[in-house]
Amino acid sequence: MLITCPYCGPRDVSEFAYQGDGNRTRPDPASTDPEAWNAYVYDRLNPAGLHNEIWQHAGGCRAHLAVVRDTLTHEISSVRFAREHGAPAHGRRKPGAKA
Amino acid sequence: MVEQLSPLEPVFRPGSHGNFVDGVGVTLSEIAPGSIVQLAAWPGEEKKLMATIGSVTGLKLADGAGTGASSERYTAFGFAPGKFLVSDASEGLATAFAGKVTAAIGTITDLSHGRTAIRIGGPKSEWVLAKLFAVDFALAAFPQGSGISTTHHDVFTQIQRSGPDSFDLYVFRSFARSFWKMLCHASDEVGYEVR
Ligand SMILES: [Zn+2]
Repeated sequence: MLITCPYCGPRDVSEFAYQGDGNRTRPDPASTDPEAWNAYVYDRLNPAGLHNEIWQHAGGCRAHLAVVRDTLTHEISSVRFAREHGAPAHGRRKPGAKA
Repeated sequence: MVEQLSPLEPVFRPGSHGNFVDGVGVTLSEIAPGSIVQLAAWPGEEKKLMATIGSVTGLKLADGAGTGASSERYTAFGFAPGKFLVSDASEGLATAFAGKVTAAIGTITDLSHGRTAIRIGGPKSEWVLAKLFAVDFALAAFPQGSGISTTHHDVFTQIQRSGPDSFDLYVFRSFARSFWKMLCHASDEVGYEVR
């Protein structure tokens, strides 16, 4: 699997570290709502198809990347710096929503 | 000035090694620059940082990822967004940047004692490096002066192309001896000279 880093170009997946589901929205740190935190920590869509993910190019430029990967084929349809436009819009879900 | 010691010293054996009967494929050497400095720009300050690198070293950096240049004395290249590695044959580079890379522009990290710089040169340089790193080392994909960050078995490595068939590799000093031995093993089949 190759991920095309916006800075470094195409690199082997072994240079990247998976940082988790890119659909999650972290609750306000001051929040004591257990449902919101439960959803943030545990609830995942687990789609068969396109999936928003956060990866870090840990063995390269060390930038965090927002990646859209197809979980059936591993095809990467988009990569961008995670910091540039916030979380990707694709498949975004509300906290607490069930899959 | 303190006496500089090389971490490669116990395994550094000048001369020809490996399969060199038909000629030496690569030459391996330690560059030992006097200073190695990492500079990082805050978001939006990259152009100012590049201009500052130019004013201190005289090196002109083009726009774009991995941009780099070198002279007799200095080298510089981008290895990450807004981040540059700069080396100087002389000591004191961090001091030269202090006050010029202001707190509003970015940060200076003196890595002079934290990195070991190794040069691999010769007709088989691309061949040997391609065994270690999953990166395209062809001149068209990796132009002279430009730089990259990559990894071999968790040994983080920054590489600058210093010539048509020559590359400078910067590795963590604590990993340098192990990396050097591996580089020698990788060079064995093409014949290598240490100097
Ligand atoms: Zn990268």
